[in-house]
Amino acid sequence: MRGYSHEHPLFLPGREIARNHPVTDLLDKRLVFVTGKGGVGKTTVAVALGLRAAAEGKRTIVCEVSAQENASRIFDHTEVGFHEVEMAENLWSISIDPDESMREYVLLQLKVRAMRDMLFRSRIFNYLAAATPGLKELVTIGKIWELAQPDRKVKKGREYDLVIVDAPATGHGIGFLQTPRTFAEIARVGPIHSQAQQLDRLITNQKNTGVAIVALPEEMPVNESAALEHDLRAEVGVAVDRVYMNGLYPERFSNEEAERLASLAEGENGSVRAAARAALSEHNRARSQRAQLARLRRRVEAPVKTLPFLFEPELGPEAALQLAKRLG
Amino acid sequence: MANVGDILEGKGICICAGSGGVGKTTTSAAIAVGMAARGLKVCVLTIDPAKRLADSLGLKELGNEARQVDPALFAAQGVEIEGELWAMMLDAKATFDELVARQAPDEESRDRVLGNRIYQQISNALAGSQEYMAMEKLFELHTEGRFDLLVLDTPPTRNALDFLDAPRRLMQFIEGRSLRVFMRPTGLAAKVAGRGASVALSVFKRIVGFDLLADLAEFFNAFSGMVDGFQARAKRVNSLLADRRTCFLVVCGPQGEPVDEAVYFHRKLVEAKLPFGGVIVNKVHYPAERLRSDNGDLDTTLVEKLGDKDLAGRVAENFADYQALAERDAANIERLARELRTSGVIRVPYLDEDVHDLAGLAEINRYLFASNEERIQRAAGHAG
Repeated sequence: MRGYSHEHPLFLPGREIARNHPVTDLLDKRLVFVTGKGGVGKTTVAVALGLRAAAEGKRTIVCEVSAQENASRIFDHTEVGFHEVEMAENLWSISIDPDESMREYVLLQLKVRAMRDMLFRSRIFNYLAAATPGLKELVTIGKIWELAQPDRKVKKGREYDLVIVDAPATGHGIGFLQTPRTFAEIARVGPIHSQAQQLDRLITNQKNTGVAIVALPEEMPVNESAALEHDLRAEVGVAVDRVYMNGLYPERFSNEEAERLASLAEGENGSVRAAARAALSEHNRARSQRAQLARLRRRVEAPVKTLPFLFEPELGPEAALQLAKRLG
Repeated sequence: MANVGDILEGKGICICAGSGGVGKTTTSAAIAVGMAARGLKVCVLTIDPAKRLADSLGLKELGNEARQVDPALFAAQGVEIEGELWAMMLDAKATFDELVARQAPDEESRDRVLGNRIYQQISNALAGSQEYMAMEKLFELHTEGRFDLLVLDTPPTRNALDFLDAPRRLMQFIEGRSLRVFMRPTGLAAKVAGRGASVALSVFKRIVGFDLLADLAEFFNAFSGMVDGFQARAKRVNSLLADRRTCFLVVCGPQGEPVDEAVYFHRKLVEAKLPFGGVIVNKVHYPAERLRSDNGDLDTTLVEKLGDKDLAGRVAENFADYQALAERDAANIERLARELRTSGVIRVPYLDEDVHDLAGLAEINRYLFASNEERIQRAAGHAG
């Protein structure tokens, strides 16, 4: 009630609004970017989101944007490539290769075949295409845009309800999502300018496009997630709909039990001691993780949802399925 | 099994490479601390997202130049810095600007480049500039010769290979050799290059819009006086990277994917004839294998000792989970050692607290610089 105690609901702080009035739900959007620091489990979360949406009857495609093809590894397909491949019922996957995207873009732009052939053979064109900074990111986002169109540009293109992008690691901030705007600014006029603007409008359309940030319950990933959310909102102008705290350990032991285990570890040898110490170290981790979770909740505006650490040697389809059930 | 101190014996440059999220920044800092403790004058170059780590080194207000870290901070953690520890955070944009200022034949060309919009985009936001500038800064510090050892924490790239590739790509763009010929306003270019090229150019113009090309032309013109200088420098940077006194350490995590990437990166290093020094695996779950023999009756023993069946069950379950992870890690590390044909995989355990302060750095240090005996003792202590 504290937000309403003053005269007008408009005086609600921003974070209260985000908490209490989630505008549209993440999977009801048409395009969702899954982003975060390297190594936090973006691919697994992207696939889990895809599985969840597919299970809800949405025709969904998960896009990999670098040449890494992590999503196909999860499904144990040897190679996805620049094709839309069916992974499960209602779920497709594609690996967006910038060179292929460029090629496709040119094919769609130039209707005259001789001109296209000439262009692809041209040294200068290949040089520009390879070397112009940011062009690869731009055509990649262009392909994402194409996939998200109800009326696909590609011949016989399948119509998707939802496009999920396993975005590149944030590395240094928000470069990838900012590419269209950067380009629109460099190319002041002409087709690239207007198309880059169109892509920027797609990314910043808060009704249809959303962002999910994946974080880990550790100091630096929490800091970076908070900074990332801020930059995404303030500088790119996108909607950050969720922050997923991934890899959260279960709280298997109470503090009182931990004390008992500590004295057990003191007085024992062999496996009992090893087991007690393993329990203690997990207890410590679980506790420090809860502290990081609290920090994250304080520092971001978007709703924070947790995903459990999965005690599995490698994360395969089973893991993604488990997470899909736990997604909030 | 070697430790980091042995690997870096007599080296002047240590480059920590690996994919994102494997603890590169922490490892770089810990290595620098350890080598400074051994009496060297060390400088660690890091990248700014690791703010908390920088804070803990007392480096809040750091810019693009090296600052000395107060040795008293480490003395409090039981680490005596016999030499000197310096640190800096890389500012790619500032480094690029400095480089341009140094290479420019005169002030006018300098200002033309610095004011060019394409340049501003490249130096600021676009992929490759951080990697390029990290190399550049490394080269600059090396040339100055102020330090015994430079430790470079490579920028967070999508995959480790970008780090080697990006500077080359960016350099290629700046050279713009094939492009500049076509853009000269004399019209001679069209004749020389033939009809095909000029048609290609006009088609490209149609796609990208004229202004982009005009800006590019302006960019290349502004840069033209500097290209030779840049090229010569790039060459020297490359030979520095391949030098015997340079050492690449591959950093990774124990899961399948980071190990795959480490193997891949190692192969690329070898292909590029760059000096590979060793591999460090972070966050390893140490196995408790030697204790397996009495595992059979662990459950009953736990119930006996704890007098609480439910708690005993959870302890046993937790232990089984832990051991599964330890087995996975051991298998992955074995594969890594096999693929890299090295026995010198340096393992740092998954510590109870995540590492973001001096105490954590000091703890990691004990593993990176442990002698063989210490390592065995520590591993045993950690698992059992």
